[in-house]
Amino acid sequence: MGQPVTLITGSRKGIGRHLVEHLCGEGHAVIGCSRGESGFQHPGYDHHVADVADEAEVRKIFSAVRKQHGRLDNLINNAGIASMNHSLLTPVSTVRKILETNVIGSFLFCREAAKLMKKNKYGRIVNFTTVAVPLKLDGEAAYVASKAAVEGLTNVLAREFADYGITVNAVGPVPIETDLIRAVPEQKIAELVKRQAIRRLGTLSDVVNVVDFYLRRESDFITGQCLYLGGV
Amino acid sequence: MQQEIVELILQTAGEIAEEEEWEIKNFEADTVLYGENGVLDSMGLVSLVIAVEQAIEDQFGKAVGLADEKAMSQSKSPYRSADTLAAYAASEMQDA
Repeated sequence: MGQPVTLITGSRKGIGRHLVEHLCGEGHAVIGCSRGESGFQHPGYDHHVADVADEAEVRKIFSAVRKQHGRLDNLINNAGIASMNHSLLTPVSTVRKILETNVIGSFLFCREAAKLMKKNKYGRIVNFTTVAVPLKLDGEAAYVASKAAVEGLTNVLAREFADYGITVNAVGPVPIETDLIRAVPEQKIAELVKRQAIRRLGTLSDVVNVVDFYLRRESDFITGQCLYLGGV
Repeated sequence: MQQEIVELILQTAGEIAEEEEWEIKNFEADTVLYGENGVLDSMGLVSLVIAVEQAIEDQFGKAVGLADEKAMSQSKSPYRSADTLAAYAASEMQDA
């Protein structure tokens, strides 16, 4: 296998941006996408501006990957949005937006990635869930529902794609200093951290470590798994 | 155009049959692909449809989905033969 080809969604900032920099540094050809332009420049990096829930835009990204690289080895489905709000105060438009980005976006990318990976009988897909699912975090009903759906997708797609040599796993980070939790009150974060076995905020390196593990060629017997950080 | 797509489908089917070691190696335009008396199982059909989508994009520069709700809900399945699949693909390409 030559240079690994890796697609990362939600790559403009936060965990996604960190993963882009890390994997470019590891010699991957990285394709990123987000709703806005990326400030990151690297000879091994291509950025696409797209809405991950827009089927036509997603297909275009995969066409470009197929034309440029002829294959895809890794997909990191990092794009996600959250909303911290009591369900009684959550507009349905917010629920729709969360489900579209987190569930439909993940599904579309898994589907199109598997079409490309299938040919080489090799692929690694990493989806993103959250500890808010097992912790049943109140105030995040729509977000938790969307990520529970992502876990469901991970479990079923792991089985559907196994014959093609594609593994599908998920990582569930604890709160990390990113835009996603900036709006969450400090006290809420402290309460959440208290429920972890290891009581600290997560770091970007904690997430990278799990992603690297899933992406390893030797991880070919690991699929349909959901790994939560912090001992949740 | 439709005849070109039929030929593309037949060529693609032959290539996948080779790659995936299907029992059937040679396809005709009216070979029953899927359904009653079809030569492909559901996984075989998945492989064929994906490969045909990619081949159409490569040859005609148009991204078409041949496995959408519209295809699934046709009263006459587009997956019956290379002929019917080509007819469906041609109509999708016009809309694309």
